[in-house]
Amino acid sequence: MEEHIIIIGNGISGITCARHIRKNSNKRITVISGESPYFFSRTALMYVYMGHLKFEHTQPYEKWFWKKNKIELIHKYVTDINTNDNELIFEDKSTIRYDKLIIATGSKPNKFNWPGQNAKGVTGMYHKQDLDYIEKYAANSADCKRAVIVGGGLIGIELAEMLHSRNIPVTFLVREPSFWSNVLPKEESEMINREIREHHIDLRLNTNLKQINTDTSGKTNSITIAETSEQIVCNLVGLTTGVSPNINFIKNTNISTNKGILVNSFLETSVENIYAIGDCAELQNPTNNRKAIEAVWYTGRMMGETLAQTICGNKTAYKPGHWFNSAKFFNIEYQTYGWVSNQPKTHETHFYWEHETEKKCIRINYNKTTQEFIGINTLGIRMRHSFFEKILNEKKSVQYVLAHLADANFDPEFYTLYEKEIVAKFNKENSCTIQLKKKSWKRIFSKA
Amino acid sequence: MIKTIQNTGLVLLLIGFGIFISLPFLGSFKITPEVFEELISANNIKSELFISKVKTTILNNEFSSAYSLSSEITTAIENANAQHLKNKEFKQKIWTNPESLSFSIIKKSGNGFIATNNTLLWWLTFGLAIIGALLYNIPKVITLGAKGIKNNGIFSHPSTNRGWIGWMVFIFLIVFYIVLYFKPAYIVNWTYLVDTTSKALSGNDASQWFLYGYLYTVVMFVMAVRMYIKYRHNNYQILRTTSVLFFQLVFAFLIPEIMVRFQLPWYDFKNAFPLDYDFFFSWNLKQLINTGTFGLFILVWGIALTIIIVPILTYFFGKRWYCSWVCGCGGLAETLGDPYRQLSNKSLKAWQLERWVVHSVLVFALLMTAITLYAFFAETKEVLFIKTQNIQDVYGFLIGSIFAGVIGTGFYPIFGNRVWCRFGCPLAAYLGIIQRFKSRFRITTNGGQCISCGNCSTYCEQGIDVRAYAQKGENIVRASCVGCGVCAAVCPRGVLKLENGPESGRINPTEVLLGNDIDLMNYVNKK
Repeated sequence: MEEHIIIIGNGISGITCARHIRKNSNKRITVISGESPYFFSRTALMYVYMGHLKFEHTQPYEKWFWKKNKIELIHKYVTDINTNDNELIFEDKSTIRYDKLIIATGSKPNKFNWPGQNAKGVTGMYHKQDLDYIEKYAANSADCKRAVIVGGGLIGIELAEMLHSRNIPVTFLVREPSFWSNVLPKEESEMINREIREHHIDLRLNTNLKQINTDTSGKTNSITIAETSEQIVCNLVGLTTGVSPNINFIKNTNISTNKGILVNSFLETSVENIYAIGDCAELQNPTNNRKAIEAVWYTGRMMGETLAQTICGNKTAYKPGHWFNSAKFFNIEYQTYGWVSNQPKTHETHFYWEHETEKKCIRINYNKTTQEFIGINTLGIRMRHSFFEKILNEKKSVQYVLAHLADANFDPEFYTLYEKEIVAKFNKENSCTIQLKKKSWKRIFSKA
Repeated sequence: MIKTIQNTGLVLLLIGFGIFISLPFLGSFKITPEVFEELISANNIKSELFISKVKTTILNNEFSSAYSLSSEITTAIENANAQHLKNKEFKQKIWTNPESLSFSIIKKSGNGFIATNNTLLWWLTFGLAIIGALLYNIPKVITLGAKGIKNNGIFSHPSTNRGWIGWMVFIFLIVFYIVLYFKPAYIVNWTYLVDTTSKALSGNDASQWFLYGYLYTVVMFVMAVRMYIKYRHNNYQILRTTSVLFFQLVFAFLIPEIMVRFQLPWYDFKNAFPLDYDFFFSWNLKQLINTGTFGLFILVWGIALTIIIVPILTYFFGKRWYCSWVCGCGGLAETLGDPYRQLSNKSLKAWQLERWVVHSVLVFALLMTAITLYAFFAETKEVLFIKTQNIQDVYGFLIGSIFAGVIGTGFYPIFGNRVWCRFGCPLAAYLGIIQRFKSRFRITTNGGQCISCGNCSTYCEQGIDVRAYAQKGENIVRASCVGCGVCAAVCPRGVLKLENGPESGRINPTEVLLGNDIDLMNYVNKK
């Protein structure tokens, strides 16, 4: 009998892990999800509401894929784990036995005990069910005269874009003095503020929610702002104040948890043969300036790739490489490679260039004394991941990066390039004479 | 205000279109003895039966539609031919295709309002429709908001979601192509609208093919305006659209017609064999050889285009240089067809079917050409007991008309805008083989940035599951990719880039994506 691996959660972590286990072994694999029968891309849910995609387009694999790769799927919620008998208990009280268990249950939207937060018309934007809920309460601007979004992060702005696509007026409450300013430096953050406002979103900075008010039937009809006690009439409230690990169902087990499920560098929990990956895992000893809990698509995928190695007998520690991330704020694409924080740290300094009229900018963070490149942010300009991976591995200088910006650029062909302008600005500010090099395929494809 | 302009545009478009489709049902036609004599001698008709039948029952009679007159003529031809066959009077049989003969007779017989008011009716049809479409589309510069990807509501709109509008467009296109190919006489009234232009270019009255080329070019221009507005942030799309417009207008429309004026053969210099499937047919070879130096030049150019220019450019740029920058079929697909690109089937089954069908068509085209050329040089009409004429007729009917036209364009609103290019075009199959095995072109996947959202796959007109590669960090190297660049445009995370680069490393299967420092080499070495 082959070992039975059960994975709870069919998101990117769980499915990546299942795929890689199948690649490297013949073990029996079962993936359980209460949310949806098949894997879908959570980040694409917004496009379903906006009419860019149908829900089935968010599913990366056709139905035959699972059978062909002998990955069994169960569409039920798990309510408890009996770690003594290696047994999962489902909502319908049925059970299933595992040899190894991988918990990949992702996140759930945060709620901060606001009065009225469980009223009808209040929702997060995380699960497939949230999408259905928004479709029900905010199908169009006739049903939903206004929506209020609470929380200025990535999901908040996506929800704003969604509702905007159906002409629903949106008020966007952001606690911080500027959008996502705990991550983005001032200029980038302000550019996004402008982008939000140009889409006629009523952006309220430095603003907190006090409470959600309902009518007699329990439906949301307005919210109250904490600072001014102003009431804003609305039919939908989106709570997008971050997410936290979705681990309620294991609170009664002997698996150690803090905010998330505690795991060591091999993604092992406190109980033998039980592992946790993705958003729900909390690393006890994160490395490389990484956070203990990273609710990011790429982190989930990398943990899945890594754990599959361990499960298949090649015990491997989770060792994420250089940080990278991306997002899209309405029409502005954002990419980052390496570390750029909102303020330069003591040994760091920033170089910043912004286009005169268009919403395009680039920021390079580097070491003041050694000139070593540390990280880059770009808005409206695409960059080549492999270029920066190599630069960071080889600890190249900011001057090297600027001279080779043509290698780094990943914009579509025939796009206007601003490399000359960028280099000229750096040269002027730093009284140096960096020469821009021509794009070289040889350099681009040479392995680090 | 803007909404009013757009609605006015829509109304004008619909009025123009309404008048246009009502034209074939109207008009008055009368065959005069002079016209008839002229056509009889021009077509070398010797059937006394047919001539006397026309003279007694059709000549000088008023017909109120092309449809009724056409059926009288074709019936007369068929009856006469049947009689001749029965009596073994082969010399009297009418060899001209009844539908073409009927078209040329009726074309000369229109005498009413429609046949004589070309300019007015042009404005009431083409004019209104063009103005209406522009009034509807140009305000999108404002209504779509700031530049960027604008796909809101695509899957909830009945025209782009196989809804009722899509099905109406489908029915119109299917009927249009069937009439164009098989019953041209019905649309004689449409050809009057463009007679002035045709005379100015070639000196001849407009045939149904001139009308088709004219309509094709006009539709491409109007829909290109929409394309320019929709993708105005994307220079690749703007240049590509300009390129297909240029090649359609100059190479497919103007040059061939002007060549006819100078007694040269009608030839589209960019239309490469085997898409140009009758290039090696004996009538064409004879015509080219008889045209002298210029004909020989066309002959050499046509051969060089297929065996030298096409492979070399495809090596350097991928098949996109042809399929989405030059080709007329591609040009229509990228303009009129752009609103339907998301309807192509992305399943593995569709890919398997595609490979079988498109390569079968290529084999069919090559076999037919081989037989044709053998027959040409051996000066015979049969090879292995197969009449070359028959195999050419079958190809022309099944592939040239039904597949390329009726299915290829008719099914835009149902199966997406590249049905012909993906499943049927023998040139695309040939280019695809080169692109897959010997080319510098690829779509680079940007390391580990893919979030599997599915926009790329959904908007791939060729039905390539782009995401399947992108989410594994692999470059996309596929025979069918026409390099339209829309996958890279719709990607929200900047993951895809069309590039021409060195062949080594072009196909890059990966075990683990970029950004994760798993050292698998240790493990592999241990094994």
